[in-house]
Amino acid sequence: MAYDAVIAETIGIQGANGDVIGAYSARPFDGAARGGVVVIHHMPGYDRESKETVRRFAVEGYNAVCPNLYHREAPGAAPDDAAATARANGGVPDDRLVGDVAGAAGWLRSLPNSNGRVGTIGFCSGGRQAFLTALELDIQGAVDCYGAFVVGEPPEGFPLRVRPLGDRVGELRAPVLGMFGNDDAHPSPAEVDELEKLLQEAGKEYEFHRYDDTGHSFFSVDRPAYRPMSAVDGWQKIFAFFAAKLGGEA
Amino acid sequence: MCTYSTEKLDVERSSGKGADGWFPLRTATVYYDHPVHAPDDHTVNIDFLNPERGPGARVAVELSLDSAKALIEALQVTVERAAHH
Repeated sequence: MAYDAVIAETIGIQGANGDVIGAYSARPFDGAARGGVVVIHHMPGYDRESKETVRRFAVEGYNAVCPNLYHREAPGAAPDDAAATARANGGVPDDRLVGDVAGAAGWLRSLPNSNGRVGTIGFCSGGRQAFLTALELDIQGAVDCYGAFVVGEPPEGFPLRVRPLGDRVGELRAPVLGMFGNDDAHPSPAEVDELEKLLQEAGKEYEFHRYDDTGHSFFSVDRPAYRPMSAVDGWQKIFAFFAAKLGGEA
Repeated sequence: MCTYSTEKLDVERSSGKGADGWFPLRTATVYYDHPVHAPDDHTVNIDFLNPERGPGARVAVELSLDSAKALIEALQVTVERAAHH
């Protein structure tokens, strides 16, 4: 039998402004060179589902870490209470998100078995944030799972601190894998079309997969939105993308 | 979807009962997004909060859209009646 031990634990990493924030990491226990994945949790928080995703990447052979984006507002709080506090405060500012993910990527690269390559993946609000990290950071790939407002303006009077990123597509520094449901309203198929056009015009490397009879949040196994066929195919696409971009030795 | 759609209001001279008993409320956020517990993809969620007392000072509800509409009507009727007291 192949050795397949994985360690999963809560750690502290240095995030934006040098702040030490909580993070959940899972890593294969053997010494083989590994790529790293930063999991960006969705707006409902640093929750059980996000931690399951981290462990999934470790089982698939990656060093993985999910920073608690709400650590500053609510260290140690229940994930739903922390998410409520963060929402009431206007959400996570983009510059802080970038700093926290940069810290997580740096931590992954500091591991003795790191091959130097790091990717990001985010779901829902984290999808937009994963795209943002591909604009801002030295990473080797980003996976945007149905992130809203990568293109498209938030409604007027919107209290949360998000702005679209379409005008910055030319700054993209890493290949992007996008996973979308054709029944989703945020992002709508028209918005996905618009993003794809911007990527093509800018000559950027990207790969989109768009699923019929599928709406938002289709990877969420414990929600009614779960679409097994789309999610199973989607995970295959995600692991193929990361194998191509993060696999092997640096 | 993570709709981000959030309304926020100040709440005065009001109280809520949370895991540690009664506490004074300061704000409420109202939004349509993924619930933590309710069985729909999206619900109308209300968090009654007191930030001074930390993230745990929270009374939360996740309402189906129909329930939220019924609550609006009930609040409307109740507030109108209160005006005649």
